[in-house]
Amino acid sequence: MAEELDKVDVVVVGMGWAGGIISAEMAKAGKSVVGLEKGIDKNRSDYVGVKDELRFDNRYQIMQNLTGHTVTSRNEIDETALPVRTMQNMQLGTDVGGASVHWAGATYRYWPYEFEIRSQTIDRYGADKIPEDMNLQDWGITYDEMEEYYEKWEYTAGISGEQDPLAPERNREWPNPPLKETPSLRLFKDATERLGLHPFQIAAGNLSQNYENPDGEQLNACMYCSFCTRHGCDFSAKSDPLATVIPTAMKHDNFELRTRANVRRVLYDEDSGKATGVMYVDENTGEEYEQPADVVVLAAFAFANNRLLMLSDIGEQYDPETREGVIGRNFNGQYNSAFHGATGFFENEQFNLYMGAGALGAAVNDYAADNFDHSDLDFIGGGAIELRQYGFGAISSSGNVPGDTPNWGQEFKDKSLHYAYRTLTIWYTSIAMSYWHNYLDLDPTYTDEYGDPLLRATYKFGDQERNIAQFGIERCHEIMEEMGADIIEDGNVPEEFNHVYSGGHYTGGVVMGDDPETSAVNSYLQMWDVDNLFVVGGSAFPQFGGHHPTPTIGALAYRAAEGIERYLEDEEQLVKAPGRKFI
Amino acid sequence: MADIGEEKQFSRRDFLKTTGVFTGGILGGSLLGSVFMNQSQMLTDDDPEVSEESTSEDEAQNESMEARTFFSRSEDFETLAAATERIYPEDDNGPGAIALGVPYFIDRQMYGFWGQNSQDYSYGPFEPTSDTHGFQAKLNRGEVFLAGLRRLQELSMEEHDTAFADLDGGAQDELLRSFESGDVEIRGVRPETFFSLLRNATIEGVYSDPAYGGNKDMQGWKMIEYPGPRMGWAEDIESEEFMSLDPEGLRSYQGGGI
Ligand SMILES: Cc1cc2nc3c(=O)[nH]c(=O)nc-3n(C[C@H](O)[C@H](O)[C@H](O)COP(=O)(O)OP(=O)(O)OC[C@H]3O[C@@H](n4cnc5c(N)ncnc54)[C@H](O)[C@@H]3O)c2cc1C
Ligand code: SF4
Repeated sequence: MAEELDKVDVVVVGMGWAGGIISAEMAKAGKSVVGLEKGIDKNRSDYVGVKDELRFDNRYQIMQNLTGHTVTSRNEIDETALPVRTMQNMQLGTDVGGASVHWAGATYRYWPYEFEIRSQTIDRYGADKIPEDMNLQDWGITYDEMEEYYEKWEYTAGISGEQDPLAPERNREWPNPPLKETPSLRLFKDATERLGLHPFQIAAGNLSQNYENPDGEQLNACMYCSFCTRHGCDFSAKSDPLATVIPTAMKHDNFELRTRANVRRVLYDEDSGKATGVMYVDENTGEEYEQPADVVVLAAFAFANNRLLMLSDIGEQYDPETREGVIGRNFNGQYNSAFHGATGFFENEQFNLYMGAGALGAAVNDYAADNFDHSDLDFIGGGAIELRQYGFGAISSSGNVPGDTPNWGQEFKDKSLHYAYRTLTIWYTSIAMSYWHNYLDLDPTYTDEYGDPLLRATYKFGDQERNIAQFGIERCHEIMEEMGADIIEDGNVPEEFNHVYSGGHYTGGVVMGDDPETSAVNSYLQMWDVDNLFVVGGSAFPQFGGHHPTPTIGALAYRAAEGIERYLEDEEQLVKAPGRKFI
Repeated sequence: MADIGEEKQFSRRDFLKTTGVFTGGILGGSLLGSVFMNQSQMLTDDDPEVSEESTSEDEAQNESMEARTFFSRSEDFETLAAATERIYPEDDNGPGAIALGVPYFIDRQMYGFWGQNSQDYSYGPFEPTSDTHGFQAKLNRGEVFLAGLRRLQELSMEEHDTAFADLDGGAQDELLRSFESGDVEIRGVRPETFFSLLRNATIEGVYSDPAYGGNKDMQGWKMIEYPGPRMGWAEDIESEEFMSLDPEGLRSYQGGGI
């Protein structure tokens, strides 16, 4: 029998950006909070002195171990899903800080259009523009409403940015100036300007200068050390929860962090229709505990948020046959159709590409959102075109060879040594849509180490995904040509999703909206059906925007925190759904 | 969680000595505030005192790692060595896989958690020949290597009546290509899976930090002009010129010992 612990105001599951923000805000508000993290304890000193490409980029040292637990994957509804077995193909966050520690730091707000994509598409192009199989949805919140939460997250994180000439005006400047400009970024900016596009420096979670955030946390200036993406920062210069919100929460005695606490169920009372707490296993001892709470917050990343609801039998599971139910519906993400573009090889230029930072880069948003006319295009939405100087290690740089080169042997060696630092890639971070046939449910065959079913992802591309990839490749090619590359290689439009879950951009399944028929949570990420259960993170995205997700996850977490505080006072549903009866 | 402000991985003196920073203005507040100085006060990375000392330490440590700890039959290991050398051969640019210690690197990788797939999902049922879902073998990587190398040897004996390691380069390549293109059978794993493991592990052995036993004397890094882990490039990141520096390894970055 699980041991029952003392009740708290709020229990938070998962300690990435999402859970860290909720924890810090609740702790600041004087609530009693318990944070439960499945992984081990980590703080900033864990990343000092460990700059090692093999360990982090190739062996995924700080990602979730899949030993007893992964996701199964298939394209078609009638296919048998197979487990994604290796960390090469499934990169999830773990330990205190989550994936939010090994993120790169590219920081984009979503566009006003993206929050109201369905209405605005119909307004401008008519309803026929939306393919029949696509579940295109508005978010139930507008950009204007999001602005204050974006700003709050950006100031907590200390983002280094510059105003994108095409983006809506901001209420306040970015908290820090942009990162430095390198020759490769200049080449991209000059070329795009000549093409009449509008380049800017990507806003970065890598700090351009020393900074104290509004919570009093100190961040340091980025050293451009290059051990950034998939690594933790050596210098407290990458904005992550370990440098910001988690220490803020820890300063308050009313916050308690428990690590190796693997949450297996949300406890739910049928009679009251409320969540009563969570059940977790202390992975140190194997003992089970029940942690009662007035409010339960799931912030364990999209996959675990979905699975915990399904295992706990909360909310109605989506069924693709009847197209009813909301849990697992609108599973989406940026997979191998996004991030497609062109690679250029420069005979006469060698760039210092071993230097860099996760989000050091330049971009144009001319082909983002609805910033360009889609009347004659066979897709909707868009994305940024980016050039990044991540800072590449020797193993990854050795893969820079023109495509007709064999990938081993004498010729490979010769060319890879020659081109290692003469190669630049630009890509299109294209939007990813939701369809009735893409969803999450529990797998009938494979289980985790406790015998609980694994989460099963069913995902295939719509025509939109292939069409937008082709469009992105062509635009990237034009820019690369203008940049003066001697050899240009275009990406191939992928035929189908290949079951590789790298990059951490998968979302949906517990989506937000203003209609309980097509969404599971309201715009405070509060469940329509369970007033004291908040599901926070990318799981709320009705479809993916044309940019990286984390600022939107952070902003929504600040909004959810506001909602939780209000709920603790009034104990009711915060949003009245149109046409819904409340008793 | 312990107070972040108190924790330190190394003594400050060691760290400053090995990362090429001298004392001066102190950054505000947090963990590294007391360790790292303002970027403008970094010494250049080719400070002679620092790099000479640390490079020789990095070079000295490889030798004792050259013993087999995973592959027990020397025949398997010779097949492995010959195959890695075809993937990354010695040439005018410099040493090949064998001289760089790659076979020993792979031996140690197979002995460790990665070779045993101890962080991968390994419950059944299995579909080892699935060509759509990545690695699906029941075998772990160490077992895949053994199965693949033995099949390579077997085919070499069948077709040439000669051990793989003794074949000429052209014949070795031809056999390797038949694995790469999936034209042979290995029980329990796709031949392409074996080949890409072999190919990727070889490249990793050439270019990963010498701490893992490959990239001997950092010659892989020298060939490709990679400088190794450094404290940072804030001073040089805007430079127009390509900077080709003598590499330094993780050992010197961390302070060269305890
Ligand atoms: C290589 C890489 C680069 C990226 N770069 C960018 C970028 O440049 N820009 C960008 O916007 N985004 C980027 N991302 C995405 C970004 O990392 C995620 O969007 C973000 O971290 C999500 O935050 P989160 O708090 O929702 O989840 P996470 O940070 O993953 O936190 C979830 C936490 O929940 C814990 N957990 C899971 N299950 C349980 C359970 N049952 N019980 C208890 N705890 C549990 C996990 O261990 C984890 O610590 C990148 C991702 C990757 C992988
Ligand atoms: S590049 Fe900058 S932010 Fe990234 S790990 Fe290095 S110092 Fe930290």
